[in-house]
Amino acid sequence: MTTKLFGEPIPRREDPRLVSGAGRYLDDLGPDALAVAFVRSPHAHARIIDIDVTDALDVDGLVAIYTYEDLAGRVAEPLPVLIPHPALHAPRTAHPLANGVVRHVGEAVAMVVATDRYVAEDVCDRIRVGYRPLPAVVGIDAACAATHRVHEDVPDNTAARLVQEVGDAPAAIAAAPYRLELELEIERSASMPMEGRGVYARWDAADRSLRVYSSTQTSTSLRFALATKLELPVDRVEVVTPDVGGGFGVKIVHPWPEEVLVPWAAIRLGRELRWTEDRREHFVASAHERGQRHRVRVGFDADGRLRGLDVTFWHDNGAYTPYGIIVPVITATQLLGPYRPGAYRVEFASLYTNTVQVTPYRGAGRPQGVYAMERTMDAIAQQLGIDRATVRERNFIQPEQMPYDHGMIFQDGRPLIYDSGDYPAAMAMLKELVGWDDFAAYRERARAAGRRVGIGLACYVEGTGVGPYEGAHVRVETTGQVVVATGLTSQGQGHETVFAQVAADALGVPIDDVTVVTGDTRRFKYAVGTFASRAAVMSGSAVALAAGKVRDKAVRIAAEALEADPGDLEIVDGAVQVKGDPAARIALGTVAALANPLRYSFDAQTALATQFAKAARVDRPPVADDDEPGLEATDYYSPIRSTFAYGMHAAIVETDPETADIRVLRYCVVHDCGNLINPRIVAGQVHGGVAQGIGGALYERLAYDRDGQLLNASFMDFLMPYASEVPAIEIAHLQTPSPLNPLGVKGAGEAGVIPGSAVLASAIEDAEGFRISRMPISPSELWELRQRHATGASPADRDPADRDPVDREGS
Amino acid sequence: MKPASFVYHRPTDLGDALAALAEVGHDGKVLAGGQSLVPVLTMRLAAPGHLVDINRLAELRHVTVTGDAVRVGALARHTDLERDEPAYAVLPLLRRATAHVAHRTIRNRGTTVGSLVHADPAAELPAVLAVLAGEVELVRAGGGRRLVPAGEFFLGPLESAVRPGELAVSATFPVPPAGTGSAWLELSRRRGDYALVGVGVLVTLDAEQRVTRVRAGYVSVGPTPIVLDLTDAVAGQRYDEAAWAAAGALAATLVHPEEDIHATAAYRRHLVAVLTSRAAQRAGADAAGTGAGTEGAE
Ligand SMILES: Cc1cc2nc3c(=O)[nH]c(=O)nc-3n(C[C@H](O)[C@H](O)[C@H](O)COP(=O)(O)OP(=O)(O)OC[C@H]3O[C@@H](n4cnc5c(N)ncnc54)[C@H](O)[C@@H]3O)c2cc1C
Repeated sequence: MTTKLFGEPIPRREDPRLVSGAGRYLDDLGPDALAVAFVRSPHAHARIIDIDVTDALDVDGLVAIYTYEDLAGRVAEPLPVLIPHPALHAPRTAHPLANGVVRHVGEAVAMVVATDRYVAEDVCDRIRVGYRPLPAVVGIDAACAATHRVHEDVPDNTAARLVQEVGDAPAAIAAAPYRLELELEIERSASMPMEGRGVYARWDAADRSLRVYSSTQTSTSLRFALATKLELPVDRVEVVTPDVGGGFGVKIVHPWPEEVLVPWAAIRLGRELRWTEDRREHFVASAHERGQRHRVRVGFDADGRLRGLDVTFWHDNGAYTPYGIIVPVITATQLLGPYRPGAYRVEFASLYTNTVQVTPYRGAGRPQGVYAMERTMDAIAQQLGIDRATVRERNFIQPEQMPYDHGMIFQDGRPLIYDSGDYPAAMAMLKELVGWDDFAAYRERARAAGRRVGIGLACYVEGTGVGPYEGAHVRVETTGQVVVATGLTSQGQGHETVFAQVAADALGVPIDDVTVVTGDTRRFKYAVGTFASRAAVMSGSAVALAAGKVRDKAVRIAAEALEADPGDLEIVDGAVQVKGDPAARIALGTVAALANPLRYSFDAQTALATQFAKAARVDRPPVADDDEPGLEATDYYSPIRSTFAYGMHAAIVETDPETADIRVLRYCVVHDCGNLINPRIVAGQVHGGVAQGIGGALYERLAYDRDGQLLNASFMDFLMPYASEVPAIEIAHLQTPSPLNPLGVKGAGEAGVIPGSAVLASAIEDAEGFRISRMPISPSELWELRQRHATGASPADRDPADRDPVDREGS
Repeated sequence: MKPASFVYHRPTDLGDALAALAEVGHDGKVLAGGQSLVPVLTMRLAAPGHLVDINRLAELRHVTVTGDAVRVGALARHTDLERDEPAYAVLPLLRRATAHVAHRTIRNRGTTVGSLVHADPAAELPAVLAVLAGEVELVRAGGGRRLVPAGEFFLGPLESAVRPGELAVSATFPVPPAGTGSAWLELSRRRGDYALVGVGVLVTLDAEQRVTRVRAGYVSVGPTPIVLDLTDAVAGQRYDEAAWAAAGALAATLVHPEEDIHATAAYRRHLVAVLTSRAAQRAGADAAGTGAGTEGAE
């Protein structure tokens, strides 16, 4: 038997290439390409009066300068609204270059093409743009107040308003024996991949074809978008994704202004062009996420069981809505976690501000929703004097209630139905792992020794593997080598490893014989993209299905050659053989040769398939009506709806009684993403996610001032945790297979990040003894909360002086 | 984030370097470890026409211990100073503070003297030079030489007394009087970051182990390194019974920190009190020979 690879923690096959510097990233391509740089707005909101390029024209090496006036046709139109939604009544997107008005610092105003990036930036420095500043709308308060408008034709700064309701939540809350109201805020963070965005375009004028390389999370959809924007036939456009140094959501947005402009100018100039985003641009010209304020009203009984939940939240979507309202829609639905809420009502407003646009960042609205729900659970426990874990356990959906229908609509437009899961078992595992029941005694001992420690926990459910579909193509070459092509892209997740595991198992070949290609529209044209923890579920399943088809065909052909019954055959170590008689075997490469009846031969292998070869049959056509030449197959996987992974985290923190410094002592994870294809890769995904969760909870924020200037647009002041800030992460796995796909898997990509702010707020609250309602939290903020707590004020109440600066001015 | 164009000079001896600096004057900058200058150039916060790279001047890569001081040449890297045993033996505060400068890779290139010239009020070594009342040696072509005491060297945020055409060739950190112990403590958001507040404390004890002098140097609480004499708070008290918190409280009344996105002014002032009292206690124990003054954790 070939060793089964599914479930094995084999090392990532891409790592030797990536860690030894042999990766090929966007900026490694096109060494002779012209360089592109952009003049970007220094104002959060301004009218462009004029653009004067006189001083720039004599810079040696300048090739071209473009402004909005130069754009024509569809390139001059606003960028697409990628995900329209009925509740998104006022979608607004940017033009590739600002059309008269800029709406955030960093918006592109002019494009410069030059011999290299140094010269391009020299030119940018010499272009004089006259601006008439307009009042900037910064923060949720200012957006709601709507004293000023981000878009002239959106008077209330509201892009969308959505209500979903199951039962009569206000009535259920009014009738409940206990009630609570909480206000919970979370600030912005951002994906911050190690590699920024980048585009490299080559126009073949004679062939009238365009090849674009982009550091994107979706090459197939970018291809369609570019064909539309540039008004080219789709088959004249290829999009290739080279190695990508991380995405975390920001690179799913497409086409970015730069992704349209670089190919557009490459065609105009008939030259190769490349733009590589720098870090400063990434801070001000890509996307952020997370900023939301939630008001939670909850009614519950004396046991802490939910009767009704009524959540209103405000989502700061920044200046534009190219990705629609996916983030708040996910918050609204995934806030429910593993619980039965009783009656539920959720309402949100998605608001324009003069800041960088918001699009999904790993977790995509879930960290906020989980934060709102889990803070509520802690508050209920606190009010009733019940253990925090117990309150959660009493509200869990039980395993026998699966599949569980919430009666709501999820982000994929389909019913919110959990497919499987065992929440009580996961909670039991987590309590055991972290030592939940012994902690109270430990906290007391630590107190006695002058130390402050606290424990927190948080649960989440994550819809993963959203549709609509993914596909895969599997081909066996006459050498026996197997090539797997799938259309979705890779940003470092380990697809070259896991898809090879799936294919090798399905085909019965050694993994070393399998090569995986991703994100190249020349190799696979139809795909959606890599986001929403969907690659393993979607492409993994498609690879299994396509490989299964290839296997069936191989067995059919081999059965003829071996004169055996197909049912008696198996594929072992790359050869089809009769079960129990390994002597009667035929190599897959030979089968591949036989699968393609040939007139011409190139080697001994292919000679077997020519017309005078022994195996040739003359009693029927070489290729049957319902068959195709070649040992290869394509298949697609399109699930009825998403599959729901879940997990529970617990953390132990220590806060310095004097300096208020916060240290994470332990971080424990119980995680269930169904069957594990590769436990090592899942652990890596969890580790990275937890690090980002800690970043979002304790370090990262995007500090805008009242004028809409981003004060920390560099790694000097935007603090992401180092290895020194992330503790060892302890993981335990449960495996509840998904009934929805052939592999029984669920997504794992975002899991680690989701409960970060919730669990750390819970732990800090436990250590401090007062409510934590705004995250992230720094030592300085914790110390300020202590001062307020000491004076009797509730630190949870919003300090009027703490409101957004613009609002303060107005009041 | 690409620098504007500049002319690159790479002299191989001091004379040539000084000649080059004299020639380019206002339009030139010295390139030492590049750990502060290169980011400034790439963000185009400065666009000097000439860079004079001193990395070939091997004669400036030294750490010399004389009877009463440690002299650090302009090309000594942070790591050179941190790992220098003779320097540690006479002046352990140098290692204790340097260990908090950024991360190893940056310390391997960044220079101690470059850090002084750069004069970042959040940087450790300027505060160390200030609390020790050291000096910087500046030379220029034609034999001009000035010794500038720390008190006159740090003029403002990112502004030192170095004039166009001058090269800082060394810095001298005097060894404090016998019976002095030291400690460096700081709180930074992440390991290796510039500190929210950092303090280096020197405590001198007499033969009866009583405090005769307390001096503290601070980072991130003012436009330049701040030096305070806190002797009055604890003078005459035995190191193991001293009211160190009083020294911290006194310090907090004397500083005027500012708010930024990482910390409020009140919190910084509070940290001054806490860190001063903790560091002074350690320095007292260090002086008495009973405790270490917080070595770097690496
Ligand atoms: C990520 C990061 C984190 C950091 N964290 C810290 C920290 O926590 N604490 C800290 O103290 N520092 C920190 N630094 C700064 C680091 O210590 C620098 O190396 C140091 O401040 C400057 O030394 P340099 O040799 O690199 O100088 P350069 O960058 O080469 O020069 C800095 C300035 O000094 C001038 N200059 C340098 N040498 C001379 C000379 N001999 N004569 C005249 N002028 C000269 C240059 O012209 C320039 O203006 C950090 C740097 C980085 C990149």
